[in-house]
Amino acid sequence: MNINEKNIKIWSTIGARATLGIAALELAKEIDNLMVLTCDVSTSAGLDRFRKTYPEKYLDLGIAEQNMIGVAAGLASENFNVITTTFAPFQTMRCCEQIKVNLGYMGQKICMVGIASGLALGTLGYTHCCIEDIGALRSIPGMIIVSPADSLETVKALEAAIKLKNPSYLRLTGSSNNPIVYNKDYEFEIGKSITLREGKDITIFCAGAMVHQSLEAAKILNLKGISSKVVNMHTIKPIDKTAIEEASNSKLIVSVEEHNVIGGLGSAISEYKSNLKQSPRQLFLGIKDTYSKGGNYKFLQEKHRLIPEKIVDDILSHIN
Amino acid sequence: MAASETEQIKNIKSFALQVRKNILEMAVSAGADSAHFGGALSIAEIVSTLFAYQMKIDKKNPNWEERDRFILSKGHACLAYYAALCEVGYISREELKTFEKNDTNLLGHPVINKNLGIDFSNGSLGMGLSLGIGVAISSKKKKKNFNVYVIVGDGECNEGSIWEAAMAASNFKLDNLYVLIDKNNFQQTGSNKEIMNVENLKDKWSSFGWYTAELDGHSIKDLLNFFKESKNIKKPKAIIANTIKGKGFSFSENNNEWHHSVLSKSFHEKAIKELMEK
Repeated sequence: MNINEKNIKIWSTIGARATLGIAALELAKEIDNLMVLTCDVSTSAGLDRFRKTYPEKYLDLGIAEQNMIGVAAGLASENFNVITTTFAPFQTMRCCEQIKVNLGYMGQKICMVGIASGLALGTLGYTHCCIEDIGALRSIPGMIIVSPADSLETVKALEAAIKLKNPSYLRLTGSSNNPIVYNKDYEFEIGKSITLREGKDITIFCAGAMVHQSLEAAKILNLKGISSKVVNMHTIKPIDKTAIEEASNSKLIVSVEEHNVIGGLGSAISEYKSNLKQSPRQLFLGIKDTYSKGGNYKFLQEKHRLIPEKIVDDILSHIN
Repeated sequence: MAASETEQIKNIKSFALQVRKNILEMAVSAGADSAHFGGALSIAEIVSTLFAYQMKIDKKNPNWEERDRFILSKGHACLAYYAALCEVGYISREELKTFEKNDTNLLGHPVINKNLGIDFSNGSLGMGLSLGIGVAISSKKKKKNFNVYVIVGDGECNEGSIWEAAMAASNFKLDNLYVLIDKNNFQQTGSNKEIMNVENLKDKWSSFGWYTAELDGHSIKDLLNFFKESKNIKKPKAIIANTIKGKGFSFSENNNEWHHSVLSKSFHEKAIKELMEK
């Protein structure tokens, strides 16, 4: 992939979804036997160019996600490198048992990409939002789950995931005009978190679109005299245990996620944290196990207190 | 030609007899753990025709790349599958006795094990045909020219995912894909008619774009004829195979109590006796 300042800006403008299509075009040149499968969402997943450029590597299964996963598994068993993609709820929950049996139990290596996960499609209602995907998939043995922080990380995560031996799920959050977290190329490794800001008082673990929000929150906290470490926990499974151990000396651990607080990043952290002899309290920021009334992305992020100012308020009320 | 065909049928019949014997062995060795008996016996001739004649396989190498692929979508009928794999030589007689034992390779639903000739795990109904589509597409893309055979139950056709797959297979013009529907007219807790009426399966599959025939699923001759006459038809092919659940033994035929049952010693003896008489 050609990673430069210009491309990073373009990818950010078009958002993670459309960037996926560009990344797939590049991958088709590098990866043997690549197949991209979708369910009547080629436009939404930015795959129109891919469809036209590589018709032999592209398969549209129509609106039938259960069948898509089975077909993908059949191809994977014949050594094709398969990417499946559709909107996150349909990519994960609609065909959850197919994922369990084919990707989990059988271990067929497929890279699934759930587009517009989290709250991005809030105006369409919670049928199209996805606040449950991490929780559902995390319980399937062998599954790798990655939630990229921005468009560049989406490219890097896709490149890394397709080379894995395990099945994987890429959870794309954010919309177009996706804030840039990484403005130049960097080392990305699945399972290894990235500290984006050092700080001695508290540690904020975040993923996906919440990385940018957490960085902004950390700036405000700094003005209020609280030094925050911000860790991009892009891989939710397997969780980076070392990073959690390193947070043991913080006064507070905060998890920030655009997902239900049950089953997601916060849960994954706390499951490991509870093994440690000494560890601080954890504040879970995310959607509080509820389907709220809908609205646009910004409105829903604010409603669920996932904007920098609210994140700061919640941290302040827990730190003392 | 006719003579060799008679010979062929004779061979497949004796393969099927062995398959039934192996099924009895496994069912009785499962002891107090019940085995899915009825739905395995209904596909004995289908499985035998495939493994003893129709499918291109290498008895020395279950991983031969050019082999035809087999998928038992109605995974609970694995007794017949394991029995056939034993006859082919992929599963030893010794291993057959480990059916449903702790730590076995041969659970009550197939678990992927390519060295034993099991390409996929199955058991959750409605998933096998989709796998078959993926494999059939791959055969075409790699220009390998192998066929894919999927056995589906009539009760399994209750699952919506079967119809997602049925629609896709004809959409992709997969003429190398065969589905064999074991129409034994029963599902777990009753007849199809009582539970969920799947009537007119032939019309349903035809209307989904498949070349479809309805035949006697215990007639090796009919099965062979179908494969012969449909070979060059440029559509996916479906057989509605009319079968008898529990076929082969007087006590189990059309008796749904044998869907999933314990084969006691006395029934085992009775069954062996009936087989010997055939």
